[in-house]
Amino acid sequence: MLKHYETVFIATPVLSEVQIKEAVKKFRDFITDNQGEIVYEEDWGLRKLAYPIQKKTTGFYHLIEFKADPTLIAKLEIQYRRDERIIRFLTFAMDKHSVAYAEKKRANKAETKN
Amino acid sequence: MSSQNNEIRYLNPPTVEVKKKKYCRFKKAGIKYVDYKDAEFLKRFLNEQGKILPRRLTGTSLKFQKKVSQAVKRARHLALLPYVTDLLK
Repeated sequence: MLKHYETVFIATPVLSEVQIKEAVKKFRDFITDNQGEIVYEEDWGLRKLAYPIQKKTTGFYHLIEFKADPTLIAKLEIQYRRDERIIRFLTFAMDKHSVAYAEKKRANKAETKN
Repeated sequence: MSSQNNEIRYLNPPTVEVKKKKYCRFKKAGIKYVDYKDAEFLKRFLNEQGKILPRRLTGTSLKFQKKVSQAVKRARHLALLPYVTDLLK
């Protein structure tokens, strides 16, 4: 039974563009390699943090929305904790309202682009 | 003199403030999900120090107050909102 999840992580600002892509790719591959299915991805880019984390005031935010088995989440979070490039992460189990909200948001975005 | 009128007389008619009825903005607008990623929206439920405003001030229903507080806490964890601050607005 696949559940809908959403994960946001903050990577350290000391990384270069290429290193960020590498880190994102690692987690993307980790999800797909473990029978997860990526629904949507969003790169928020370099953002200012509301308070310093590990003495850093900025960070690269990245959001991945995916469908996966609940057993994947614990493994994913272990990967986050082991990775020094990730300074903060949040995984959120989506219910039907949040899925509807996310889909609506995406539809709006696509409309404004066209 | 004892038969003096005890009624209080005002020079100007006293203005009785009509209390505006509070309502839950989520119920009214039909919002079912409070997004923790939208920090600007969540700021409406915070005071200047970044504390969550009580239900008695915002009028939010209990169901959504719980969701708002959960969303604010998630946003704080992701450094989208501060834990403590001054002059947030």
